[in-house]
Amino acid sequence: MILHVENVTKQFGGLTAVDNVTFSLEGGEILGLIGPNGAGKTTLFNCINGVYTPTSGRVVFRDEDITGKRTYDIARRGMARTHQIVRPLNDLTVRENVIVGACYGREGLSLHAATEVAEDVIEFVGLTDRVEMLAGSLNVAQKKRLEMARALAANPYLLLLDEVLAGLNTSEVTSMLDTIRQIRDRGITIIMIEHIMHAIMNLSDRIIVLNYGEMIADGLPDEVAQNPQVIEAYLGDEDLAAKILEEERS
Amino acid sequence: MKRFTGLLLSVLAVIVLAVIPLISGKASTREAMFTILMAIALASSLNMLLGYTGYVSFGHIVFFGVGGYAGFYTLTVLGWNLWLSMLVGGATAALLAYLLGKSILRLRGAYFALATIGVNEAMRALVNNMDFLGGPIGMTMKFSVYNEYGGAANALWLVYWVLSGIALLVVIVSYLVKRSKFGLGLMAIREDEDAAEVMGVRAPSAKTWSYVLSAVFPGLIGMLFFFKNGNIEPGDAFRLHLSIELIVMVMLGGFGTVLGPVLGAGVYQQLRKLLLTSPVFKNIQLAVAGVLLLLIILFIPTGAVGWLRRRFPRLRRVLE
Repeated sequence: MILHVENVTKQFGGLTAVDNVTFSLEGGEILGLIGPNGAGKTTLFNCINGVYTPTSGRVVFRDEDITGKRTYDIARRGMARTHQIVRPLNDLTVRENVIVGACYGREGLSLHAATEVAEDVIEFVGLTDRVEMLAGSLNVAQKKRLEMARALAANPYLLLLDEVLAGLNTSEVTSMLDTIRQIRDRGITIIMIEHIMHAIMNLSDRIIVLNYGEMIADGLPDEVAQNPQVIEAYLGDEDLAAKILEEERS
Repeated sequence: MKRFTGLLLSVLAVIVLAVIPLISGKASTREAMFTILMAIALASSLNMLLGYTGYVSFGHIVFFGVGGYAGFYTLTVLGWNLWLSMLVGGATAALLAYLLGKSILRLRGAYFALATIGVNEAMRALVNNMDFLGGPIGMTMKFSVYNEYGGAANALWLVYWVLSGIALLVVIVSYLVKRSKFGLGLMAIREDEDAAEVMGVRAPSAKTWSYVLSAVFPGLIGMLFFFKNGNIEPGDAFRLHLSIELIVMVMLGGFGTVLGPVLGAGVYQQLRKLLLTSPVFKNIQLAVAGVLLLLIILFIPTGAVGWLRRRFPRLRRVLE
């Protein structure tokens, strides 16, 4: 087991953004994390990788309790992430951005070794012809790939992908999906937040669903897609959900 | 050798400036160059915090003052020699920066900048009330101290060469930091501190060390300056406007570059000399600095070197 999240709750004042969430993750899996807007998905990521300290509950990563550890300490233990709203280091080149990931990631490489790793990773995500460009001058799709490259350069055990497909066009989505599969094939475990349903249903080995901070489903993609509670959460209407399910079955 | 092309211009500039007084042999030329080299060293030190880490310190001169006071005390009261006193000055400044870093570097952006002004003013007030440091009157060095360094005339040349050496050292350190893993971490913090932390950069300690690094040299230079001066008083040691002028120099030349502060300091000091000798501008010299800062931030926020790098990408290898 690579990650165990146990009764994690995060409250902001009176708002409970993540409510008593528990799940475990085996190495090599792709876990999909879905839910309507504002369900607490990104907050859950932030609790896992230490950007926030959970109000209560525990996060265990590779048999070590990492609850309350600082995000950079968790990064160095082998957990990397991408951001939903991309955060390129604008005035540094693409290469330098990725070197930061390699230098300060799990392996803490020297500048020299990190440069070599960066070249590989940049080629893997397909930004080779952009290495010398400033990160700020990339387009959205390229910035998403840069986020991915930085995270991969850290050579993590676990990769948290926060909506890497959002804002991409159809062909960009297809090629990004390929990239994600290849990352999994490298033996990296992935949790991904995604709104594009067909993509996440195809890619994930397992899916968990959040609604108003609570985990309302955990199962195989097909099971989750048939779950009335999930459909209701997305549609917001019990009767409509029942009707759609009915039609699906017939 | 190719690795160091970016350093070449900066080092050459410092060396050329440093040897100018040798050619003319005049004390007045030496004093003019002293001012410029000191500005280069101080601006380059500030740049390691302001330019690399992206934290604006409005009160950076506090380290110059504190280093000056600590060294002056050990030299005149305890009777230590100049070299030890300089080390004391540098170490005191570094220690202060370390302690401050642990506390005020948690603040971001404008809050940090305001806190640094507070630190400078607080230090001035503190020293004003310290009787063993001479309070508001300050301390004076016996003229006979110069005899240990070959008399006053020789001592002034000695101070000049030491300062030139420090200026050269600061520029080299600035380059090495920029090209190091540590420096890359600092620049990641400058661009996006939260993202840098998520990538594993230990921002709190990296920021503290960059603050310490940017404080050591002003501490050394402070001691050297007041040794040359022969006396020290709070008003001279903690000149807030000098802090602001340092920021203008860094911004003018280009923050975050090695050559920028060297160029900025040189140009600014020339400009200052022109203004101070002009009957119209001599009283509003600081106002001109303020306007200059405004114009730079509005029109060339990356400074001269930054602008050149952007305009002529081919020059990037040379203009580090």
